[in-house]
Amino acid sequence: MSEDAKIKVTIDGKTIEVAPGTTILNAARQIGGEVVPPAMCYYSSLEGSGGKCRTCLVEVSKGSEKDPRPMPKLMVSCSTMVMDGMEVKNTTSERVLEARKGVVEFLLINHPLDCPVCDQAGECHLQDLAFEHGLSKTRYEFKRREFEKVDIGEYIKLHMTRCILCYRCVYTANQLTDSREHGVLKRGDAAEIGTFIEKNLKNDFIGNVIDVCPVGALTDKTFRFRSRVWYTKPVDAHCECTKCSGNAVLWMIGDEISRVTARKDAYGEVKEFICNECRFDKKDKSQWTIEGPRKISRHSVISANHYSKEIPKHTTLLNKA
Amino acid sequence: MTRKLLLEHDHIEGIRTYDVYRKNGGYRSVEKALKSMSPDDIVEEVKKSGLRGRGGAGFPTGMKWSFLAKPDGVPRHLLCNADESEPGTFKDRYLMEKIPHLLIEGMIVSSFALGANQSYIYIRGEYMYVLQILEKAIQEAYANGWLGKNILGSGYDLDLAVAPGAGAYICGEETALIESLEGKRGNPRMKPPFPAVKGLWQRPTVVNNVETIAAVVPIVNDGGDEYAKIGIGRSTGTKLISASGNINKPGVYEIELGVSVEEFIYSDTYCGGIKNGKKLKACVPGGSSVPILPHYLVCKTAAGEDRLMTYESLADGGFESGSMLGSGGFIVYDEDQCIVRNTWNFARFYHHESCGQCSPCREGTGWMKKVLYNIESGKGKSEDIDLLWDIQRKIEGNTICPLGDAAAWPVAAAIRHFREEFEWHVKEPVLSQTENYGLVSEKSFVTETV
Ligand SMILES: Cc1cc2nc3c(=O)[nH]c(=O)nc-3n(C[C@H](O)[C@H](O)[C@H](O)COP(=O)(O)O)c2cc1C
Ligand code: SF4
Ligand code: SF4
Ligand code: FES
Repeated sequence: MSEDAKIKVTIDGKTIEVAPGTTILNAARQIGGEVVPPAMCYYSSLEGSGGKCRTCLVEVSKGSEKDPRPMPKLMVSCSTMVMDGMEVKNTTSERVLEARKGVVEFLLINHPLDCPVCDQAGECHLQDLAFEHGLSKTRYEFKRREFEKVDIGEYIKLHMTRCILCYRCVYTANQLTDSREHGVLKRGDAAEIGTFIEKNLKNDFIGNVIDVCPVGALTDKTFRFRSRVWYTKPVDAHCECTKCSGNAVLWMIGDEISRVTARKDAYGEVKEFICNECRFDKKDKSQWTIEGPRKISRHSVISANHYSKEIPKHTTLLNKA
Repeated sequence: MTRKLLLEHDHIEGIRTYDVYRKNGGYRSVEKALKSMSPDDIVEEVKKSGLRGRGGAGFPTGMKWSFLAKPDGVPRHLLCNADESEPGTFKDRYLMEKIPHLLIEGMIVSSFALGANQSYIYIRGEYMYVLQILEKAIQEAYANGWLGKNILGSGYDLDLAVAPGAGAYICGEETALIESLEGKRGNPRMKPPFPAVKGLWQRPTVVNNVETIAAVVPIVNDGGDEYAKIGIGRSTGTKLISASGNINKPGVYEIELGVSVEEFIYSDTYCGGIKNGKKLKACVPGGSSVPILPHYLVCKTAAGEDRLMTYESLADGGFESGSMLGSGGFIVYDEDQCIVRNTWNFARFYHHESCGQCSPCREGTGWMKKVLYNIESGKGKSEDIDLLWDIQRKIEGNTICPLGDAAAWPVAAAIRHFREEFEWHVKEPVLSQTENYGLVSEKSFVTETV
């Protein structure tokens, strides 16, 4: 096959041609809209990520032109490569919706649902997911798993109780910093993110674990004037930096910078990671050149005032408490 | 009299030592293989033998070997899976403990067949004393020229080492085993790529069970055709079964595949019948992860045929009315045993052993365990049974590795066949703490007619 050969894949009836080696998820993202499965652990720029959360499960109703048999099991779209002539069902498959509802329920049974006091509220992927796929009431009647909050270094707080073990922060530290100082300890539902001997995470780029975390498990300790994100105004800005691109988002309250993050795309993924100095130390507006207001393209509670999608009736999980 | 191919000499005094093992015909297969056979010849014999993996899934070994990628200049590896941690399964331990040289001999001919020059036996951490037995045997094999450089002047080099796990069932899953052997956390990998293409250190790798590798010895000695004469249909050769539970003679038996389940349970050659003259209530024929069978589906299939100890017959009826040969962990329950308690016990195990990578298994196994505990301890509600069914259904098939399925199946089968016993626990929260439900009533299965 030549370099620019394209293969055809159909997702929920929409057909697109993509390069060989594209995953179903990325093909769906090229189509955009409703056909895109939710992804809680996959992160395009992190090698090896994906496959774990199982929210992106889809049904492959036709394997390929050559071998049209359907795949018996649901497949993780983030890690399954498309084949020429493949047909995939995301929201048009009852099986997928049912399984996904199950996954969301699994992710929530041990989640504290402390959204009202969580820094991530408004930009939490789990919150969005629960909103769209959750059940109206929990069937879990046992004590939820709890962990002590841990300060891991001067910049970052770990709130393990909220972690969904997506491993993104582990891959980030592995692939972005000189040395990995944290990882997953223990197993099963006792597994936790930890530094083993409460060590500091202080690598130059470690702050990015905050941005890759889909939930509020890793938060910025330097976030000033703690405020719900939707009260802050994001602006694109850049600065001269020798360590990173210096391209960032400033979250403003009036004229003050409450926090600095990297820029995320429509799927909440950072394309250019930023260094700790830009993130944690440059909190003065004069250190930055402001480009203009940031467009939030992702549908989420963050764009609360512009939440265009109709909220399905059964998704009342957030008002449950 | 059944033929024994693996445990023929297990009663011989000192068979654990090199000298006695050699005197009883040990290492003949290595001589034959290295002097008169090519690696492909061996693969061919294994294919002819019909040998299927003894680790649980029953995948044809010859076919697995022929899938091994052979890119130029890239070393290949053979790994022996001695992690044996499935509740009810203890056959590999018996073999390694009694006749360690048989496994080493199998490792040499199999490694030669696959072109591997560095092979490993990955053994579960709790088997530390077996590890010591194996290491001693490996030293003897080196000392006598069966391992190391230029074995028997053939030009073939092989190093063999034993690596212990650290107490995790999940490290028996082949890709978790590889991660663990590489010194990492034992998380299963996503497949593809399969180990045959990218395994240990990203090199082509075959992972086989202890018993599978030991079976290669008689296959090379006597030929694949001879091996295939034993058994029925696609279930060829002999199989080690570890029998436990309420039977008169628990232990490890080598059977010819095709023996009837009835003979296996009741004859004095094997289990010797149910203990204390009690009635049979249920049987888990292949280790804790295979579906449990109620008394009336143990010796007969739903179609009324004799149930045999073969891959096919044990699975007859699918999950509706059948089970699996699995790893050969054969557990028998008498009328006094509580199926709810047993299911809870298995659920506890899977919850404890989940690696925690994927959400359905990480969260679902703990949830099932807690609900089962409630029912078992008289705190259950009637909705709990449907809830359990729903949880297992949402785990099954939706996880990275088969541990999720292994956790779901026993729960599903228990509810499918013993629902009335679960309901009784809910209805009789006090009585069920001191009494047992006894046998469940027979259901009829509509057999599909074509
Ligand atoms: C959770 C889990 C545990 C397993 N444990 C073992 C084990 O202890 N021993 C074993 O031989 N296979 C075990 N297996 C199966 C292995 O993944 C693999 O299929 C087997 O070692 C292949 O060998 P075989 O083809 O010779 O059977 C396990 C599989 C799973 C999913
Ligand atoms: S802390 Fe956040 S990024 Fe890290 S594993 Fe947990 S949820 Fe994922
Ligand atoms: S199914 Fe369970 S054991 Fe297997 S990878 Fe997922 S969490 Fe780990
Ligand atoms: S995004 Fe695919 S499994 Fe998590």
